[in-house]
Amino acid sequence: MPKDDGIGAATVRREDVRFLTGAGRYTDDIKTYGEAAAVFARSTVANGVIKSIDTSAAEGMPGVLAIFTGEDFTEVGGNPAGWLINSRDGTPMHEPKRPVLAHGKVRHVGDAYAAVIAETVEQAKNAVEAIEADIEELPAVVNMKDALSGTDYVHDEIGTNQCFDWGWIEDNREATDAAIKGAHHVTTLELVNNRLVPNAMEPRCSMAQYNRANDEYILHTTSQNPHLTRLLISAFVLGIPENKLTVIAPDVGGGFGSKIYHYGEEALVLAAAKKLNRPVKWTADRSESFLTDAHGRDHVTKIELAMDAEGNFLAFRTETYANVGAYLSNFATATPTFLHGTLMAGNYTVPNVYVNVKAVFTNTAPVDAYRGAGRPEATYSLERVIDKAAREIGMDPIALRRQNFIKPDQYPFASAAGLEYDSGNYDALMDRMEEVADVAGFAERRKASEAKGLLRGFGVNAYIEACGIAPSNLVGVLGSRVGLYDAATVRVNATGNLSVMVGAHSHGQGHETAFPQVVAEMLGIDASSIDIVHGDTSKIPFGMGTYGSRSLAVCGSAVVRATEKVINKAKKIAGHMLEASDSDIELKDGMFSVAGTDKSVSFGEVALKAYIPHNFPLEDIEPGLEETAFYDPANFTYPSGAYCCEVELDPETGKVRVDRMTAVDDFGNVINPMIVTGQVHGGLGQGIGQALLENTTYDENGQLLSASYMDYAMPRADDLPFYTVDHSQGNPCTHNPLGVKGCGEAGAIGSPPTVVNAVIDAMQSGGKNVTHIDMPVSPHRVWSAMQNA
Amino acid sequence: MTKVTMTINGKSVEANVEGNTLLSSFLREDRRLTGTHIGCDTSQCGACLVHVNGRAVKSCTMFAAEADGAEVSTIEGQANADGTMNVIQQAFQEHHGLQCGFCTPGMVMTTAALLKDNPKPTETEVRAYLEGNICRCTGYHNIVKAIMAASGQDVSAIAAE
Repeated sequence: MPKDDGIGAATVRREDVRFLTGAGRYTDDIKTYGEAAAVFARSTVANGVIKSIDTSAAEGMPGVLAIFTGEDFTEVGGNPAGWLINSRDGTPMHEPKRPVLAHGKVRHVGDAYAAVIAETVEQAKNAVEAIEADIEELPAVVNMKDALSGTDYVHDEIGTNQCFDWGWIEDNREATDAAIKGAHHVTTLELVNNRLVPNAMEPRCSMAQYNRANDEYILHTTSQNPHLTRLLISAFVLGIPENKLTVIAPDVGGGFGSKIYHYGEEALVLAAAKKLNRPVKWTADRSESFLTDAHGRDHVTKIELAMDAEGNFLAFRTETYANVGAYLSNFATATPTFLHGTLMAGNYTVPNVYVNVKAVFTNTAPVDAYRGAGRPEATYSLERVIDKAAREIGMDPIALRRQNFIKPDQYPFASAAGLEYDSGNYDALMDRMEEVADVAGFAERRKASEAKGLLRGFGVNAYIEACGIAPSNLVGVLGSRVGLYDAATVRVNATGNLSVMVGAHSHGQGHETAFPQVVAEMLGIDASSIDIVHGDTSKIPFGMGTYGSRSLAVCGSAVVRATEKVINKAKKIAGHMLEASDSDIELKDGMFSVAGTDKSVSFGEVALKAYIPHNFPLEDIEPGLEETAFYDPANFTYPSGAYCCEVELDPETGKVRVDRMTAVDDFGNVINPMIVTGQVHGGLGQGIGQALLENTTYDENGQLLSASYMDYAMPRADDLPFYTVDHSQGNPCTHNPLGVKGCGEAGAIGSPPTVVNAVIDAMQSGGKNVTHIDMPVSPHRVWSAMQNA
Repeated sequence: MTKVTMTINGKSVEANVEGNTLLSSFLREDRRLTGTHIGCDTSQCGACLVHVNGRAVKSCTMFAAEADGAEVSTIEGQANADGTMNVIQQAFQEHHGLQCGFCTPGMVMTTAALLKDNPKPTETEVRAYLEGNICRCTGYHNIVKAIMAASGQDVSAIAAE
């Protein structure tokens, strides 16, 4: 290991210093000379026909520079869906146009139909108030089942609110139906996976600059994947050539999925910057964030589990309605399908799986990937129905899971939902969880709670997810319109320090600390001499960004490949310097030596030689020391885990408190355990938030009722406990060079069913036969369920 | 426009402000002290928290004109005189009490106010005091741990890493 920090060290984060001293540089912190402000006019109705928009009064107001409406963007393209999904009958999904500004109709509250550019934000806001829009309100389509049975359409030209009706795997359908029909016991559960708002603490913000002299644009924006944003703007929306558009995502204050996507505001500020030949910035209010950021989850599901007389799983059959909102956000069609249906075999040897997903347009904000993206929905359905089944057949929930787990000697394992799991050991995770959580001590703790008049429940969960998104060959077959590789350039400077340009984007994940640990380990030099460059399309070869727990598994692998190329070239240079064959050169602790001799040169001497190539055999070695690699994974990675929690429930009020929460995860190899633990903590916080607190509520007219922090229950410090997190049971990924699996989403996937299972257990222990309760498990819902049981 | 005079991070500042300019906007836009962040529009998130005359204040809840004559301190003024991070900042780094960094300035300023009032807070007291500061990244575990560590308490018994 390098003298400071290599692979496996809990290195504190170098990026913290700027964040802790107020020196972070987020998009809204960047102020350019001559900057104008953009403010959007947004629909106050969920569904309506735009009869007319009169901007004449607004145009004359102080400071107003320009006003845009949907009419201004009829000649340009729209924001596309990234995945094409085919329905069970082979027909392609319905893909309505998503324009920069609404044109003809508004389709959800918050849908932008005009934008004012003015000298100041206040002037722009005043002018927006003066725009007279005649919008004829139509009945709103909010509830998914109503949307499918009614005749009011979100997109009239489609003539249905069903985007697609997808079956996975269609060839398994009959066998699954037969297995359920003939089963000894079938457990059925209907549940709602509640709609959430990702709520990155930094609101979205975009600032565009235009240089008329060479027709070039720079867009600073809150993005998890600046290259993808550039690609979408260039290829689909505005047609700006990629070589004329630089997209920069500087410090970004959290994303959780919501900043993966391209949004119309980015295109608007670019168009405005060109028209005015001035920088133009838009910064979202929090209420705009609630109304227009892509939301998450929102599934209504019926799941059935068939078992034989011994409790062996025979089949899972799922029917899900997935809300996609008013327009298709970029990954909206992949989330409920390939990131959900393919995980519906869970950790189990179940032979039959069939999943049907109907995606539904409604007059609500677009719904897309939010931390976990489809996998939390899969895990929640599976692990809730298994718990219910255990109770029905009188079996211990841990024993029932263990009986059906895939065993360590079965890898690689072809799951009944179409994936090939490469490694894992679910029994070992469960063993470890039972140990670190002191499950044996639960009975005593329950007694102590009961002595206080509280009910104590224990809940358990086993999850698997598919991360390291994703093999381009596979996703191409499945309908993806992009590849999902990543890229890195390792630049060794003449003085021996390194700049590593990565396609992944760090917005809290600590890449600036963890990626240098990998390179330092490989080169045997100090991590402190290695810097990461990310988030700027003009500096980085390419990249697909950060989501799907992919940064280290995919981009980290590209860093490894590029570093290997650097080492190979450096060995050639060292061989030349030491008058030896490069095949005899060994690299250890930052020194290149001729095997079996004491002849050596340091990494720094080789770097200097690369840039001062006097005496170089130029026919064999080019000057310079810089290499690029693109890495496309061979498979997904498959993190897995065993979680448990204990809740205390007050039967007088229905209030539930999570008292103990334990997460034991298999992430394969771990580069920085401190950062990995922090990622799990964050996921747990969001997962417990989903289970107990958070809900996105529209009324029957499509008005968002939970549109501020006064109304949307964000978890706060006193809602959450300390967590016990363990990743000692790592089974390395078998197909990427680091053996890593991805840790960013695990906590949000594993915790919701754990909490709900514990709440059910608590109610049962109080003599109430409640078998299901929907999230968020609010005091009112718990109290009502117990009164009615 | 109203003329205001105040001390910000120990330096005297004079400026003309509109009557409706919030202190948060004044710090960010006029003084370019962009470490004070704006995360909501309902005074809930705490990302804009600063100290005014030694008290913790969400700077979106008062007008710049109301700070006339006041001593204001922001995240930019928290480091030690030699530029090294103070005890609270160091504890947040040591215990990984931040991820994306957006809520962090408010968390640090809140911690300073808490420890001034209550030099050795319990876990329950820390969690209760943070009710006005929202973090979406950390699940609060490491923030609470960092605050207890900054108060000089032994946090080695608090789980892992």
